[in-house]
Amino acid sequence: MNDIDSALRRAARRLPEQPPAAADRKLAERAAADGLLDVAYASVDSPLGPLVVATTPRGLVRVAYAERESQDEVLEDLAARVSPRVLEAPARVDEPRRELDEYFAGRRTRFDLPINWSSLHGFTLKVLRETARIDFGELRSYAEVASAAGSPRAVRAAGNALGANPMPVVVPCHRVVRTGGALGGYTGGLERKEFLLRLEGALL
Amino acid sequence: MSVRLPPFQSLLDAHQADVYRFCVAMVGPVEADDCFQETWIAALRAYPRLRRADNLRAWLYRIAHNKAIDAHRARSRRPVPVEAVPESAAPASAVGAEDSEPELWARVRELPPKQRTAVFGREVLGMAYAELALLLECSEEAARRNVHEGLKKLRKEYAK
Repeated sequence: MNDIDSALRRAARRLPEQPPAAADRKLAERAAADGLLDVAYASVDSPLGPLVVATTPRGLVRVAYAERESQDEVLEDLAARVSPRVLEAPARVDEPRRELDEYFAGRRTRFDLPINWSSLHGFTLKVLRETARIDFGELRSYAEVASAAGSPRAVRAAGNALGANPMPVVVPCHRVVRTGGALGGYTGGLERKEFLLRLEGALL
Repeated sequence: MSVRLPPFQSLLDAHQADVYRFCVAMVGPVEADDCFQETWIAALRAYPRLRRADNLRAWLYRIAHNKAIDAHRARSRRPVPVEAVPESAAPASAVGAEDSEPELWARVRELPPKQRTAVFGREVLGMAYAELALLLECSEEAARRNVHEGLKKLRKEYAK
């Protein structure tokens, strides 16, 4: 009478293969309503390739070039630094997506979305906050940013802080270049830095 | 000591299809959606407080198991209109044929909670007794017994 095993296997094959299509969205909405959606993320298309964009109830927390960093790495880092309650929730990323679309279309020169700085500390936080104040189309040198952050001699440390910028494009680290005009480095690769500076008319 | 918990979405990606199937099997298709949502919301709520990242599947199904029990309790408290024929009252003659699978889950649902979860965990999810023991918060021996007893009753019904 081992037939029950095969009967159960047959019965299991008749169970639905997937939850209903709306289940994910329903879960994310309920999680947000219950204050449990600590980190909402989605993929956002851009002329620089797909971006992973993550936001929290306190504001934007991450923008990553998916071609440079795998989404898994980005999410694991968010789980460790912000909260393990990380869910894909495209509806929660609507505002950043809209502002990024407008920026890349040349219709926006300043981001209005709130930024969550809480996962950043010390000199890195100072450098990136100063960087966030550089206007569209303007350029600063690493030395100028280091000075503005209160440590004129910490040029290299400022470079490291910019290299660790968790919100490229929105916190415009691409506007920081070497004294004398060389572009320096960029988290997304130099070709992306050039693209952004051309878009802003800072580079011909 | 803090653990590195994976992003919750990876848990959802890995297990949501099977958790949904578990809910359908345990509480039926009508209430499966609610059972599924309640399970994941409860898991998300408790997640950051977890002190270990191993055995996440057993932890998750323990929550689903409890939510299925809640659904059964809620149903038994609801007044049943007299015209409605409960699923469990399906005539035994309908059982045993090739197309009897939905009836089989109705039979599984009539088992005591630990037995029905044990049968699903072992037979559908392929869980080891050690994992089932974590899920049911009992000894491995008791987990084995729950599978065995559940299958024995089903076999009896199935043979009718």
